Amino acid sequence: MRAILTIITLFALWLLMSGIYKPLVVWLGFFSSVFAVYVMRRMDQAADAETMTIRLKPFQMVKYLLWLLVEIAKSNWAVTKTILSPAMPINQHMFDVPFTQSTDLGQTIFANSITLTPGTITVEVNENSFLVHALQYSDDDPVAIGDMDARVTKTEAVK
Amino acid sequence: MTTVLEIISWILILSGSFFSIIGALGSLRFPDFWSRLHAASVTDSGGMILLLAGMCVQAGLGLITVKLILIGVFLFITGPTATHAVANAAFVSGLKPTGNKKTDKG
Repeated sequence: MRAILTIITLFALWLLMSGIYKPLVVWLGFFSSVFAVYVMRRMDQAADAETMTIRLKPFQMVKYLLWLLVEIAKSNWAVTKTILSPAMPINQHMFDVPFTQSTDLGQTIFANSITLTPGTITVEVNENSFLVHALQYSDDDPVAIGDMDARVTKTEAVK
Repeated sequence: MTTVLEIISWILILSGSFFSIIGALGSLRFPDFWSRLHAASVTDSGGMILLLAGMCVQAGLGLITVKLILIGVFLFITGPTATHAVANAAFVSGLKPTGNKKTDKG
């Protein structure tokens, strides 16, 4: 069942990418999807079948992504102002940010969100915190990042 | 209708180019490695999103827009991952940020 779903997904992706719908080319695309899934299943039997389950709430995720876009826009503007100002007010600082996500995927989303917003970069991953480097550190930064942490945790669907 | 779309797409493309140039300018102006990483991420996020959005409006609804959105999704994931890899490599090899907590330093 899962194999058939994978084939359908791969073929749909192929149709979107190709743009050429001659019968021969479409058949080639279909057979390559089937072949890819066949090879994948064989590899699952031979090597370790490492699967990753995505446990996210879709609506919360969309909400989070929209919020993240606004944050990116805001911090982009802040860094742009710093670059353009003649004095360049830089206040670099490294600090620990604890995270509350329980899944690897949630932690990855949080770490990548920190890096994606200009002005902060995730440098190192520790036991239960990230080491974050900030361009213009102010005392509000841990609070703002804690807010982001809570929003990422909300998108997780953990049973 | 088409004129409005043209104007919207050009505003998006031009502001995307603006952020890309800002990112390049920041990489030149900033004093050390760590601050330059931050400047580069302006190009990475703001420039990339705005340029792709402008191109989507140019292309209209169709296969090209789907491809552009897919490119955007990939860059959204790989961009910060690459930045983190560079930052982590620098951190592990012992490059510590200078000028901690310094204010008003040109």
